[in-house]
Amino acid sequence: MSTKTVPEPEPHVLAVDDSIVDRTVISRLLRSSKYRVTTVDSGKRALEVLSLDRNVHMIITDYCMPEMTGFDLLKRVKESAELKEIPVVLMSSENSPTRIRRCLEEGAEDFLIKPVRPSDVSRLCNRVIMK
Amino acid sequence: MAAAALTSQLNALVNNMFAMGLLDDQFQQLQMLQDSTAPDFVSEVVTLFCDDGERIICELSRQLEKPNVDFDRVDSYVHQLKGSSASVGAQKVKNTCIQFREFCQQRSRDGCLKTLDLVRTEFYDLRNKFQAMLQLEQQIQACYPKH
Repeated sequence: MSTKTVPEPEPHVLAVDDSIVDRTVISRLLRSSKYRVTTVDSGKRALEVLSLDRNVHMIITDYCMPEMTGFDLLKRVKESAELKEIPVVLMSSENSPTRIRRCLEEGAEDFLIKPVRPSDVSRLCNRVIMK
Repeated sequence: MAAAALTSQLNALVNNMFAMGLLDDQFQQLQMLQDSTAPDFVSEVVTLFCDDGERIICELSRQLEKPNVDFDRVDSYVHQLKGSSASVGAQKVKNTCIQFREFCQQRSRDGCLKTLDLVRTEFYDLRNKFQAMLQLEQQIQACYPKH
């Protein structure tokens, strides 16, 4: 009997950012690390995607967004019985220790300072998705 | 013009942008993300940055013309421009946005207006150079027949 190795499906990441420039950059960074990426421009749209697609392995979201911030999205995910196991990573251009601590206390897996580098994405791959 | 001459013109332009402090190493990070799976990545990001930056600068002018300036709103637009500048490596524009945000925090209309003039000049200077860069890239690509 021969056995065939079935390739592992690419991990699916939901990237959330209200800036089109930043969405394009983070999406390319993740795709170049062999992630499948869905991008949305708001926390509200992210929750819509999550309600339809249960196969999301990680959420990476900007912190500073109008209406629903990345922190609000993190709280909504961690409060949901269905979504709370999905790792959430926050990104911000501001290196604010208070903000970072608050997000980590609320259950964020990591907090990246923008602009995000390829080395940050490799670290995420090792720490979050390969868990 | 031959591809080699155009390439050398392109390299000189980009090197000059680094030497003038218009760009920082984040732009090199973007260049490294461009490959055969995303051959137009840099031009896509640069074009988005130019369009988005122009929109934000128009919005900032409009906000600062109002009799009662909403400095939190102005600050949020400057924050957006600072973020996209950082993402493309537009160092000079990003640094001016940092100064601009300080004037927003001080609620200084004069300071904001002066910095808006500066950021506008720097942004359009960069945009012109980016456009020249993209044009040269297109001319270089046209030298090589597609298979």
